[in-house]
Amino acid sequence: MQWFKSAVDWLCNPPILFTLIFIVFFLAYLWKKLTWLWTPRACVVIFLAGGLFVAYGLTDPNFRAIVTKPDNVPIVGMLFLTGFFSWLSMYLGTRNDARIGKNLPPEEKLESEIKILVWPDLVYTEFLCMILWSVLLIIWSIYLKAPIEEPANPAKTPNPSKAPWYFLGLQEMLVYYDPWIAGVLLPGLIIVGLMALPYIDPNKKGNGYYTFAERKWEILTFQFGYLVLWVMMIITGTFFRGPNQNFFGPFERWDVHKVVPLSNINLSEVFWVKMLNLGLPGNWLVREGLGIILVLAYFTVIPMFLGRTLFKRFFEKMGMVRFQILMFLLLCMVSLPIKMYLRWLFNMHYVVAIPEYFFNI
Amino acid sequence: MPDDPKASAARSPAPAAPAAGEGVTRRGFFSWIGVAWISFSGAMGVASVSTLRFFFPNVLFEPPQTFNAGFPEEYIPGQVDNRFKESFGVFMVRDDSSIYAIKAVCTHLGCTPNWLEAEFKFKCPCHGSGFYITGINFEGPAPRPLERYRIVLADDGQIVVDKTKIYREEKGEWKDPEAFIAA
Ligand code: FES
Repeated sequence: MQWFKSAVDWLCNPPILFTLIFIVFFLAYLWKKLTWLWTPRACVVIFLAGGLFVAYGLTDPNFRAIVTKPDNVPIVGMLFLTGFFSWLSMYLGTRNDARIGKNLPPEEKLESEIKILVWPDLVYTEFLCMILWSVLLIIWSIYLKAPIEEPANPAKTPNPSKAPWYFLGLQEMLVYYDPWIAGVLLPGLIIVGLMALPYIDPNKKGNGYYTFAERKWEILTFQFGYLVLWVMMIITGTFFRGPNQNFFGPFERWDVHKVVPLSNINLSEVFWVKMLNLGLPGNWLVREGLGIILVLAYFTVIPMFLGRTLFKRFFEKMGMVRFQILMFLLLCMVSLPIKMYLRWLFNMHYVVAIPEYFFNI
Repeated sequence: MPDDPKASAARSPAPAAPAAGEGVTRRGFFSWIGVAWISFSGAMGVASVSTLRFFFPNVLFEPPQTFNAGFPEEYIPGQVDNRFKESFGVFMVRDDSSIYAIKAVCTHLGCTPNWLEAEFKFKCPCHGSGFYITGINFEGPAPRPLERYRIVLADDGQIVVDKTKIYREEKGEWKDPEAFIAA
């Protein structure tokens, strides 16, 4: 089975893994031939496969060490839950879509007409859930020790140093961005952007019932940001980042001395030194001119272009201001994978690098 | 206390008029409340002041900002010396022509980098920034080189590292005569 392990390790190299996930994601949601994914049978098959994979992986010492770490056990559970609920929403959505196609009301409409008593029906259910969860938590706390380490010491940073799991997405962003952007700007934009959603998208379809066909674009955008970026980055940070923040496959030994050549290069160096053979200009504005122009163009030309072509309908429906806000948020989100690929494929350090003023993009 | 219950009832339809003879007047009641409020606010005030006081500890166990780092001969050329990393957060480095003191704080987000002898580089365990022995950043997200502390020779020939002054490469400050010791 060594070939299988090597194959998985190779696939889990982030450039390959993320590319695969992008493809799988869009195919699963958009390719008509794959709608069987949203049936209970497919769900059972996928979960069995996932469970088998984990079970097999547990026979490998390296895989076991990562997955059964008390920190990581809940993440494994969460992955299955995230997968299940993403599937469930699509399953219910496609079922409703079929009903709506036949001019029937969505299932939730029928349900809403059934009367259920709070007492005893709801309260009993809640009571049972409470007892079962308490039992689970107690057993969990007995069998998995809290991952407590030696007293903190500023001179001794554990290697690798990892944030709590829910921050690993942020930590992963920090690998590609300046702390100001990855730690302040982007998280702020995520929150502001989520709050702005109801104003950007006043579409009333899908209120109170599951649907996919009626809100394809919205669901796709959200799930892209959530599943493909956020959850995938938590997975990467948890399972694939080893000592010195190097990438490791799940079956690979965490070798502290693994050497990965990662010499980074700024866009300004590529442009002035490699292409023009001139050496870096002393003035930072001249030096970073190209990068600044590129970033500005990214945020102005692309929305203008898309508004005329691909997103013409959105542009007309939403009006200038709303469309610009939407495009800005969207471009910020997409800038993350762009930056990741630039780093992986070209070792690009920063597109705009002005360390004199702590400003790097 | 109004003697006539009818009159008091006419003024205010209090549902629970105090029973006769209990001795609580309106004025008396308010003065008690006043005392209670004043003492309550006083207690809260004292509590907040003493909470604020916590921000200014009596003793501060901070290592001194300037320290003696021994004689230049103690350092081997081409090596990074870790002996002051724990106590002062400083890497002492000697190369062919100079000795300098690198601040052991990553310029990305402030973790403490490690010196990897075998790979011959500083590597930060938080987001993987790497630095050459000079402190110049070459991999990972750190936007600028590690900073250096002021370093001078005292009269007795010992090295003194002064952490109050910092030299940054991107500002061209490493050429400053106090950013290194010629050795
Ligand atoms: S703090 Fe050192 S790489 Fe982020």
